[in-house]
Amino acid sequence: MGVFSLLFLIPLFWMVSTSAKVEKDVMVFPIQWIPQQWNWVGNFKTVWMSKVPFALFYFNSLKLAILSTLITLFISAMAAYAFTKLEFKGRDTAFGVLLAFMIIPPEATLVPRYILMKWFHLIDSHAGIVIMNMFAVYFTFLLRQFMLGINQEYMEAAKIDGSGYVRSFLQIILPLSKPILATVAIIKFIWTWNDYQGPLIFIFNQKLYPITLGMQMFKDQYADNYAVMMMASLSAIIPLVIVFIVMQRQVINGITLGGVKG
Amino acid sequence: MQPSSINAGTAAPISTTQRRRPPRNREALVGWLFLVPEFVGVAVFGLFPLLFSLFLSFCDWNMVGGLSAIHYSGLDNFKAMLHDSKVIAGLKNNVLYTLYTVPISMALALLAAVIIHSKVYFQSYFKVTFFIPYISSIIALSAVWSALFHPSLGPVNRLLTAIGVANPPKWLADTHYSLTSIIIIMIWAGIGYQIIIFLAGLSNIPQDLYEAADIDGANERQKFIRITLPLLGPTISFLVITLIMSSFKVFDPIAFLTQGGPNQSSTVLVYRIYEEGFQNFRMGYASAISWLLFLIVACVTFLTWKIQNKTTHY
Repeated sequence: MGVFSLLFLIPLFWMVSTSAKVEKDVMVFPIQWIPQQWNWVGNFKTVWMSKVPFALFYFNSLKLAILSTLITLFISAMAAYAFTKLEFKGRDTAFGVLLAFMIIPPEATLVPRYILMKWFHLIDSHAGIVIMNMFAVYFTFLLRQFMLGINQEYMEAAKIDGSGYVRSFLQIILPLSKPILATVAIIKFIWTWNDYQGPLIFIFNQKLYPITLGMQMFKDQYADNYAVMMMASLSAIIPLVIVFIVMQRQVINGITLGGVKG
Repeated sequence: MQPSSINAGTAAPISTTQRRRPPRNREALVGWLFLVPEFVGVAVFGLFPLLFSLFLSFCDWNMVGGLSAIHYSGLDNFKAMLHDSKVIAGLKNNVLYTLYTVPISMALALLAAVIIHSKVYFQSYFKVTFFIPYISSIIALSAVWSALFHPSLGPVNRLLTAIGVANPPKWLADTHYSLTSIIIIMIWAGIGYQIIIFLAGLSNIPQDLYEAADIDGANERQKFIRITLPLLGPTISFLVITLIMSSFKVFDPIAFLTQGGPNQSSTVLVYRIYEEGFQNFRMGYASAISWLLFLIVACVTFLTWKIQNKTTHY
C-alpha cells in the first residue's frame, strides 16, 4: 500500500520536479526526478514577475475565497441556528424545502443566472461571484447537524440571563460551534479557491481573474513551456495542500460528516 | 429530531403576562428573520433561475434587444436537440463517462479503503496522500496531466513505447481516447473522497461481527461478502448517487483541456450549455439543454433514493 500511495502521487512529484527544471530537460526520458540543471528561481520569476500578473490573480482568489467563506458561514449559521435553537411553526417544513433545493444543479441554472447578474449589473465583478457563492444549503445542513447536538440548556440559561435571540446566537451558539465552523470554512475556502466555471462565465476583465483563469492564460501564453506551467500549477496548489495538511482532521471529518449522513 | 414540545412547554409561561408581545411569536419572528437571507438566496439563485430557464427553453433569444426580443418558439428547441449531433454526443459521453467512472472508482476506492482500514499504523498518512488531489485545483492538475499525456514527448507515452507499445494513443488529442483521458484524470483526482467515505463506513461496522465470523471459521472472502459489503450498503448507495450526479456535471477539465474535442469526442452536456449559451448566445437552446441535464440529475436522485429506501432497513 505504501508503494501504491507513492505511485498515486507520481503526477504531483513530476509537477514539483518539473517546476525546478530548464525546459529542455522536461521531456527527457527516463524522467530525471532530480533536476540536472536547477531553474527553480528562473521559473518562479517567470510565473510571478513577468507578463502574466500571477500575484494579482493570487490576490483575487484570496479575496474571493475569504469573502465567500465568511459570508456563507454567517448566513448558513443564522439559518442553522433558527432550525435548531428556535421553536416555531413550520420550521421543520422549511428545512425540508431548503434541502429539496439541493437537487438543483448550479450547472443547469448558468444561463438564467447570467441574465440575472446582467440585470443586477454584477457581471464582471467580484461582488457578483461572491453573491452567487454566498448561499450553500449543504453547509447549513452540516451546521444544523452540529447545532442539534448543542444542549438546549444553553438557550434556557441565556433566556434567564435576559439575553435576546441575537445575542445568544452571537455570544453562545456561534462560539460553541467553532469546530464545525472551522471545518465548513476550510471546505468552502477550498471550493471557492478552486472554482473555475463561475469566473469563466461571469468574469471577463483580466484584472479580476482568479488563479484558475490565470492558469488558462499561462496555458495559452506558455503552451510549450511545461517547466513554467508546472511552477504555476504548483503555486496554485501549494497553499491549499499546506492548509489541508495542517488542518487534515477538520477537513476529513467535515467531508465525512456530509457523506455519512447523505 | 428535536424534542420540540418539551422545550416549548418550559419556556413559555413566564412572560405571557408581560406587556411585551408573547415570546412564542417573537421567537417565530426571529426564527423566520434568521432564515430570510438563506431562503432569499436560494430562491433568487436556485428556484427562479430554474423556472426562468424552463420558460426560456420554449423560446428563441440571443440576449440582444432585451426581454422584448424573446420569441416563443414552442418545442423547437427540444426538437432541434433530438437532431443535434453535438448534444447527442454530449449526452452519450456523459453516459459513457458515468458508466466507466462510477464502477471503476468505487471498486478501486473500496479496495484501497479495506487495505488502509486493516492497517494499524499510518492510516492518516494514507488518508492525506489520497486526498491531496481531491483538494487541489482540478485546473492545475489538468495542466499537469496535459504534459504527462503529451502525444509524442510525454512521460506516459514514453513509458508505453519503452515497454513495447508500438502506437500509443494520442490521449487528449485523440478522438478515441480524449474522453478516456478525462476519465483517468477525474478518477485519479476524485478517488480520495470515495476512500475517505468508505473508511468512515468501515469504521462503523461493529468489530464483534468479524469476531463471530472468525469463530464460525469464515475466511476473508466470506467475511467481505457476507459482512463488509452488506453493511456498507448505505455508504455504497450514497457514493453511487454522488458519483453519478457529479459525472453528469463534469465540466472543468473538458473546458480547460479539450474544449469538447477533438471532433466532439469529449463534449458533455454542461460543455454544450456553455458553448450554446456563452459562445453562440442561443439562450433558449442552452436552457433546453440545461433542463435535460436537470431532469437527468433529478431522475437519478429520485431513483437512487427509492432504491435506497427499499434496501436499507431503519
